[in-house]
Amino acid sequence: MSNAPNSRASAANKRLIAQLLIVVVGMFAFGFALVPLYDIFCDLTGLNGKTAGQVTANSSVVDKERWVKIEFLATNNNGEHLPWDFRPMVKKIRIHPGENKRIAYFAKNNSNKEMTVQAIPSVTPGIAAKYLRKTECFCFNQQTLKAGESMEMPLIFHVDRDLPKDIGTVTLSYTIFDINSKKTPS
Amino acid sequence: MSEIAEHTGTRKKGFFAWIARWLFTTNHKEIGTLYLVLSGIMLLVGGSMAMLIRAELFIPGLQLVQPDFFNQMTTMHGLIMVFGVVMPAFVGLANWMIPMMIGAPDMALPRLNNWSFWILPFAFTILSSTLFLEGPAPNFGWTMYAPLSTTFGPASTDYLIFSVHLMGISSIMGAINVIATILNLRAPGMKMMRLPIFVWSWLITAFLLIAVMPVLAGAVTMMLMDRHFGTSFFNAAGGGDPLLFQHIFWFFGHPEVYIMILPAFGIISEILPTFSRKPIFGYKFMVYAIACIAFLSFIVWAHHMFVSGIPMAAELFFMYATMLIAVPTGVKVFNWVSTMFKGSLTFETPMLFAIAFVILFTIGGFTGLMLAIVPADYQYHDTYFVVGHFHYVLVPGALFSIFAAIYYWLPKWTGRMYNERLGKWHFWLSAISVNITFFPMHFLGLTGMPRRIPDYALQFTDFNMIASIGAFIFGLTQLLFLYNVVRTMFSRRTDNLPDNVWEGAHGLEWTLPTPAPAHTFALPPEVK
Repeated sequence: MSNAPNSRASAANKRLIAQLLIVVVGMFAFGFALVPLYDIFCDLTGLNGKTAGQVTANSSVVDKERWVKIEFLATNNNGEHLPWDFRPMVKKIRIHPGENKRIAYFAKNNSNKEMTVQAIPSVTPGIAAKYLRKTECFCFNQQTLKAGESMEMPLIFHVDRDLPKDIGTVTLSYTIFDINSKKTPS
Repeated sequence: MSEIAEHTGTRKKGFFAWIARWLFTTNHKEIGTLYLVLSGIMLLVGGSMAMLIRAELFIPGLQLVQPDFFNQMTTMHGLIMVFGVVMPAFVGLANWMIPMMIGAPDMALPRLNNWSFWILPFAFTILSSTLFLEGPAPNFGWTMYAPLSTTFGPASTDYLIFSVHLMGISSIMGAINVIATILNLRAPGMKMMRLPIFVWSWLITAFLLIAVMPVLAGAVTMMLMDRHFGTSFFNAAGGGDPLLFQHIFWFFGHPEVYIMILPAFGIISEILPTFSRKPIFGYKFMVYAIACIAFLSFIVWAHHMFVSGIPMAAELFFMYATMLIAVPTGVKVFNWVSTMFKGSLTFETPMLFAIAFVILFTIGGFTGLMLAIVPADYQYHDTYFVVGHFHYVLVPGALFSIFAAIYYWLPKWTGRMYNERLGKWHFWLSAISVNITFFPMHFLGLTGMPRRIPDYALQFTDFNMIASIGAFIFGLTQLLFLYNVVRTMFSRRTDNLPDNVWEGAHGLEWTLPTPAPAHTFALPPEVK
């Protein structure tokens, strides 16, 4: 098909192929760009129940007029493969928006070896996530316990005074993941 | 086929020459045939898996297979039907018909075309081999949701990832070829707005493929990296998010469902006018509607994820955007009906399949609308209602359109008429059994039977039995089709069919001799 009269057509083909390949590469890159875009989108909108990183302690006025109930949950993601006790020391508290509060989670390694976990937070309703500010959290670092060791893991936080008025209860859930090996035996 | 016979005198004989001829062919008709043959073989493989699934579901309890193997069957059935049957069949039809419809001598990039095809048998060999290797085959559903496919995926998942990459490369190259052919090789006078609608539908499908297959490639690459290279794209423990996988997958996945139906729209828009002996009603609007559907397909992906905890505002947006697709689709359905209205209709097999397509695809579209309603979807999600819905758009939708296309163009390809009586038997048995199979699934779903589970509660028994019986009839009926096509292909008979096989057909492909010789339109025709 590469006869002489076709040379113009083949030049056109080459240009078109180049353009289409750029689209292909661009879309492949776009697939990966979705990863940071997704995080940025969630950060900006506060969707997805992800809490932001560490903040400094709140020093603004406490809203004494309003009460918010905070509930604490704990989940062990790896079940029998992660023989840890993991629970909040207190199930629920009532605080004023703006008030700094310290609570703790209890963790105990029941296995016979040293293990490391990572706790991942999630807030319900999701929209409340960006109003829940943490000064200190065990979830900021990986937590390692020796065999049979236990500890109280602190959490210092406050709820922003801009928390929407219709939210009276915020549930903060932590899930611990076994990160000793990337792959969990199944 | 006849062009084989024509050339046997000049070709080397023998097994290796025969292999080499098909391995190295750059002829669009031969490559089209290869695609269709591959699709037919994969239909048998994927169909057998469906039969096994339905046999297991015939009565409650575990009878034939264990749950893990059942999961492998549903996964492989989905992957094979989507990537191994529907997509190659449409690419095969595109290869055969697009050059003949636009007056081009061949596809624009014949060698690339050869490569696009020959990647596929290897991709499916790799994918299917997982069934015979140690350990389970992929068992997490064709949607490959993380973390089932990453943290908990069996070792064979890496085979799946590699084969998806190969399929993606093949599809992208095929799509580039289609676009280059349509944009650069049209005969003089074949303006864009005079292109047959099948060609238009494929042009738009090709752009969809180019836009989303790389995204799928990205998603499975991330899976691979999470599995082996210590990244945490979809792993919450490392700061990633399993939900992200669903967003990326469905960003590919929703345009993908239109990749599997737009060429079907094109086929139906060729066949209905022929057997109604009227031009297509509202040509321009048919083209615009396809383009409109293609655009909308990019902004509706999260309707697959209504129950994953996305916020209300997003649910509303995706619900309305999804319902909007009903408008251009409605334009198409009404235009098909208007094309038939007051036409001189005859009911040859392709026409029967085309009419069944219009009716049954519309049912699938309606259930799609029901699923788009957020509060209703909370009830329907992951039930058999969804299974009923997408099988209605894919079996009496995409698959019927492929049957229709093959019956419609087979005489032009082979120079012989298929057996019309057998074709009618194939149609009526298929049309009846497809409804027996998939209609009860809606009721099962509405009453809460979950999908992808090998066992079910007793109250679902009756409808499951009905569905299984329908499926067995449907499966066996396809052997009629296979026999009919193979017999037409390899018969020694000559039928002396006219160039225009169907009296009401229009288009450049019908100006060519029947059977179409190996090389057509070496000199471009003048389109008046």
